[in-house]
Amino acid sequence: MSRVSVPCHVKGTVALQVGDVRTSQGRPGVLVIDVTFPSVAPFELQEIMFKNYYTAFLSIRVRQHTSTHTPAKWVTCLRDYCLMPDPHSEEGAQEYVSLFKHQMLCDMARVLELRLILRQPSPLWLSFTVEELQIYQQGPKSPSMTFPKWLSHPVPCEQPAPLIEGLPDPSRVSSEVQQMWALTEMIRASHTSTRIGRFDVDGCYDLNLLSYT
Amino acid sequence: MLQEESDLSLIIAQIVQKLKGSNLYAQLERQAWASLQRPEIKLESLKEDIKEFFKISGWEKKLQNAVYSELSVFPLPSHPAAPPEHLKEPLVYMRKAQGSWEKRILKSLNSMCTELSIPLARKRPVGEQKELLNKWNEMGTDEPDLSLFRPVYAPKDFLEVLINLRNPNYENGDSLSFRTHLGLIQVPLKVKDIPELKEFFVELGLTTGQLGIDDSTQVPPELFENEHVRIGQKVLAEQDSAAAQQYIRQGSPTALRAELWALILNISSQPEDILYYEQLKTNVIQHDLLVDSLIYKDVKLTASNDDYYFVFEDYLYQVLLCFSRDTSVLGHFAYNSASPPKSYIRGKLGLEEYAVFYPPNVAPLCFLYHEPSKLYQIFREMYVRFFFRLHSISSHPSGIVSLCLLFETLLQTYLPQLFYHLREIGAQPLRISFKWMVRAFSGYLATDQLLLLWDRILGYNSLEILAVLAAAVFAFRAVNLMEVTSLAAAEAVLADLSTLKVMPLLQIFLFATVT
Repeated sequence: MSRVSVPCHVKGTVALQVGDVRTSQGRPGVLVIDVTFPSVAPFELQEIMFKNYYTAFLSIRVRQHTSTHTPAKWVTCLRDYCLMPDPHSEEGAQEYVSLFKHQMLCDMARVLELRLILRQPSPLWLSFTVEELQIYQQGPKSPSMTFPKWLSHPVPCEQPAPLIEGLPDPSRVSSEVQQMWALTEMIRASHTSTRIGRFDVDGCYDLNLLSYT
Repeated sequence: MLQEESDLSLIIAQIVQKLKGSNLYAQLERQAWASLQRPEIKLESLKEDIKEFFKISGWEKKLQNAVYSELSVFPLPSHPAAPPEHLKEPLVYMRKAQGSWEKRILKSLNSMCTELSIPLARKRPVGEQKELLNKWNEMGTDEPDLSLFRPVYAPKDFLEVLINLRNPNYENGDSLSFRTHLGLIQVPLKVKDIPELKEFFVELGLTTGQLGIDDSTQVPPELFENEHVRIGQKVLAEQDSAAAQQYIRQGSPTALRAELWALILNISSQPEDILYYEQLKTNVIQHDLLVDSLIYKDVKLTASNDDYYFVFEDYLYQVLLCFSRDTSVLGHFAYNSASPPKSYIRGKLGLEEYAVFYPPNVAPLCFLYHEPSKLYQIFREMYVRFFFRLHSISSHPSGIVSLCLLFETLLQTYLPQLFYHLREIGAQPLRISFKWMVRAFSGYLATDQLLLLWDRILGYNSLEILAVLAAAVFAFRAVNLMEVTSLAAAEAVLADLSTLKVMPLLQIFLFATVT
């Protein structure tokens, strides 16, 4: 299914912490990231993609556009999605993650704003966040083609010309040629990633230094 | 659900694309064409009849084995947005560490080149080629002057790099917390604990028969050994890779081992493979690499002096020199955190094969395989599946970093007094066991015990058993170790492992230790 990236504005992360941030010893375990779409009308969300950086659990709240004059409310569409099975160890810590429409708890038809709530309960990590956040909406359906008239309305069959002696049946020849053409197309289409082999280009095995890059 | 289906179709597409270029594909095609002659193949139900034919003639089994082998070796396809280096190694700081380690090795190689004024690679003059061809089977008798060549690195250097590995996002403060690592490795990778290991290695349990324990002279063979051998022969007759891998978890009878390993690694001796080996041999003869001298020196120092392996010296040269020229090994760099070094050839960029790999684990294989091309294939396959993880820095559960951490965690959790005592006297346990694990215990255990251990590596498709065995050895010699007062004394206690029996140690440590 095609998808189109939606330009979004990611606001800075806000740490939620009890007490005074400056004086308390511990690091915040909850961060909130707001994502707005200033230049886009309310759209249907297809996919959210990001790269994790040591976030253990993710919740997402969404604010949708309502047609009536009631103010839009925040609704939780993803609750405590686990990104790191063991928050104290590295598993899943830097993985790429995609979240789709069907995984959400509510309908994502007319999204106005998103709020990502990141949780990392382990005190071992210095910081955590999500990076490279991208939002996608449904791409346009494949454009309907208009066929030229002669394809959609073929002319009725003419009387076939009489067979000339000694020549093969044209319909049989055409079907065989068609099969051969299909075979060549198949061979052309199937490619493999296996290497062919090595060829000794002249002098290429006289090496003197290895490069560092 | 949708996600799983799309994942599955992605995996299938990847495997199909990989197999399309293989030998097996060409053979299947040929067989399909040949089968058209057979009377039972009818044109109307062509597809079904050919499928049926493949099932009966055993070709479907071969295809199954090939698919199984691909699944075991290649990691699952990752997220489409993930760049290729993420597939090699997802953690950025480990990639960086591997990169700087490689730079260090390259620098060392380059400086050796310039110091000794020897080119990295050169084409041999014709006379020298002829000479080498004549001496191919007895390269061990050659005594060139290798005194100027230094080894590029020792396990100690690699261990130092691993010890200094740090995650920049990790709390490495001085204050002791519940997660302070008392061992040498300071990265918080996920390792299995004993309950998880018991589940993973369930076939090594006390109630399951094992070769290495239940085939000793005191146990009558009717109890286990005879039946096990019979099952092994059946598995070989069926030629099923997956069944062989399951079977070998209980050990392999000596007579069947060579074939079983070949079946699990999905290696067949086709004429093309022998031809490939001959091609590599020609490459060795035509070109001389600096690495060759390093290999030569390494073999002379290690295997030639070993009581068991010196007979295979010539084989070792043949295999290793060819291995260093094999470009198909480059394929495994897709999932290895290391990268092959590149070099500039007259202004054009070329790829040199993976120039350095620490110690050859080839010697034990020589006991199993006599034909150089088959020996070569087995070695290559074992390298690209398992042993490369022992030489590169990565977060994989079978990588050397995880193995070290697993070893230290097991020791710390289940032998805390011993761990504390050794730490106090300045003999961190990892300093002693590292050299065992990085060589997969080859050269330390008796050969038959080593082969039993490698049976399990193949059976479980993981190197974690090396760490468990290292911890089990410490547990076994714990009483003596508690009395030593220095690193040298501790090393002396653990110097000779050649009398150890591997399977009883593993069983006791995993299943019979009171925790």
